[in-house]
Parts: sequence; C-alpha cells; structure tokens
Amino acid sequence: MAEAECPECAGKIALMEGTEVGEIITCADCGCKLEVTAVNPPAVQKAPEVQEDWGE
Amino acid sequence: MRLGLIYTIITPENKLLLSAAQARGVELERISDDSILMDVHRTGDAASFDAVLQRSSSYSRSLYISQYFEEAGTRVVNSYATQRLFGDKASTSFALARAKIRTPRTIVACSPESARAAARELGFPLVIKPPMGSWARMVQRINDNDSLDAAIECREEMGNVWQKIYYLQEFVKKPGRDIRVFVVGNEAICAIYRNSTEKSGWITNTGRGGTASNCPLTPEICELAIAASSKLAGEGIYGVDMMEGPEGLMVHEVNHTTEFRNSIAPTGTDIPGKMIDFLIQHAKR
Repeated sequence: MAEAECPECAGKIALMEGTEVGEIITCADCGCKLEVTAVNPPAVQKAPEVQEDWGE
Repeated sequence: MRLGLIYTIITPENKLLLSAAQARGVELERISDDSILMDVHRTGDAASFDAVLQRSSSYSRSLYISQYFEEAGTRVVNSYATQRLFGDKASTSFALARAKIRTPRTIVACSPESARAAARELGFPLVIKPPMGSWARMVQRINDNDSLDAAIECREEMGNVWQKIYYLQEFVKKPGRDIRVFVVGNEAICAIYRNSTEKSGWITNTGRGGTASNCPLTPEICELAIAASSKLAGEGIYGVDMMEGPEGLMVHEVNHTTEFRNSIAPTGTDIPGKMIDFLIQHAKR
C-alpha cells in the first residue's frame, strides 16, 4: 500500500481505511499533526494551526 | 437532492455526519472553506445546492460563506442570522435576557475602566470570557482585583480587538457539572452532563478534560432548551448549555456548530443521524 511522507520528520504514513481528505492525523514517529490532502495515493501536509475563531 | 457539508477540517463529527448521510443513501458533498470564491455578483455553484450543513471550524469563515450561500437561495443549517446571534456571547446574553430566560447576570464593557466598574457591580468571584470564542479558551474565573487586573492587561496586549470587549458574568455556584442539551428542529433529543475533573479544573468542557455522562431529559430541561434555541432563532441544530444554579436551571450559552463526538455513547442517541434527517427535511426542493 502506498505511503505518504511526514513533512516534519520524513516518517512513513500509512492511512487507515476510511480516512477522508481534510482529516487530521498524527504522525506515529514525531507526533506532528498532519492534514490529509489526498488518499489515493496518500498525501499529507502540516495541519493548520488552531485559530482564535475556531470552535463550536 | 444536492446537499453539502462545509468544513475547515474533517473533524470526527464531520466523519460521523458523512457516514450518517451515506447510511441514508444521500451524498453529502464536501465543501472545503479553504476553496470557496465568493463573487458577490454571481452565485455560481452555490445556488445548485438544496441545503448545506455549516460545520466550519472557523467562525469568521462560517459567517461569510453562510451569507454567500443564503444569497444564492440555499438553505444553510444553521442560518447566518443564527450564527451571528449565538456566535457572540454578548448577543446571546442580550437575547436570552430579552426573552426572560434565566441566565447568569452579565455585564458587557468596552474599556478596562468600565470592566473594573462591571466587576464592582457583580462582585467576586466572577467569570470573564471573550465574546467570541469557544472550547473555554480564555475563559477565566476571577477571584479578586489582582486577577482581574492581570486578565485585563493580557487582553489589552492582544492583537484581537474582540478580546478588548469585556464580557463579565457572575460565577454561578453549581455542582461540578453543567448540562449540554442537543436540540434538532423543535425537539430536545438528548443531553449530557459535562462533569469537571481534576484535569479540567472548574471548567466542564470535554475538550479540556471534562467527562460526559447521560443527563435524563426532563420536561423543564426540554422546555428551557427549546426556548433558548429554536424559539429564539428558528428551527436548527443547537447545543444548549445550562447550569444547575441555586435558583434552578439557567442557560449560559447556545452553540450553533455543536460538537457531539463524546455524547453519542452516553446518551445512546444517533445525533449525527438526526442532524442529517433534519438537513434532508429542510432542503429547498
């Protein structure tokens, strides 16, 4: 299965089944929060920082 | 029928909503709020949606995008007007007071001096909150003048002008919990106790370490939740926060993009399913 690369530590990221584009995942190697930008093939980028106006 | 889900990131709630739509055989199109171009003269693709569920994490993006879709004639859940009302704690408090819904005594002030005067009116302890914000961010219990001065100084040094609008509220003595009631349409569908813990301190927000447990719905809770949400702002999807004060239940906040990931298991209620059903029922065609 194709893997993405963590932009922070270059660790390999395998997406779990059912992962959605836009979902936030955590790099198992460095703990960095990552946003999934594609699932096939998988791609990730650093997750956006939580902004002051984020909430419910 | 064309339905959309407007989002900033795909949160666990958004995944549950996508699954609930799929289970009902309807597609919920993903609309990233990163990518929308809002041409004020052209509605573009927005008019072709029958309804959109507004789940942006960002309040400011949410407002503009909702206005854009409503200008195109598309039903937005919750509506732009609802978001304006409940996204601003001061506006919410004014509306609750006007509707004679029991709510903590609250004073809004626009300068450090008037904030101190408000504190003298309320007495200590009190609670200070940003008028806009969520997840208990910058919500502080103020026990005395020294801590009030510290809170004011922090806010005056911040770049965000909304932090300089002072929203001060009486501190309500309550059990170590408050209540979140989920309202869909005109019905309170379930409720949780949000229990404070050692981790969360006096705050009960589950995102800050509070825990969720089932809160049985009573006629009083249901009536109050509906009065504070759909009767004030029209049918929608709400998370109404109440406290058990010394004189009874009181509403202190209404959430217009309520989170629910921790509330499905304790209540046994299919919250995302009920939200999708509401969206389908209120689509324009």
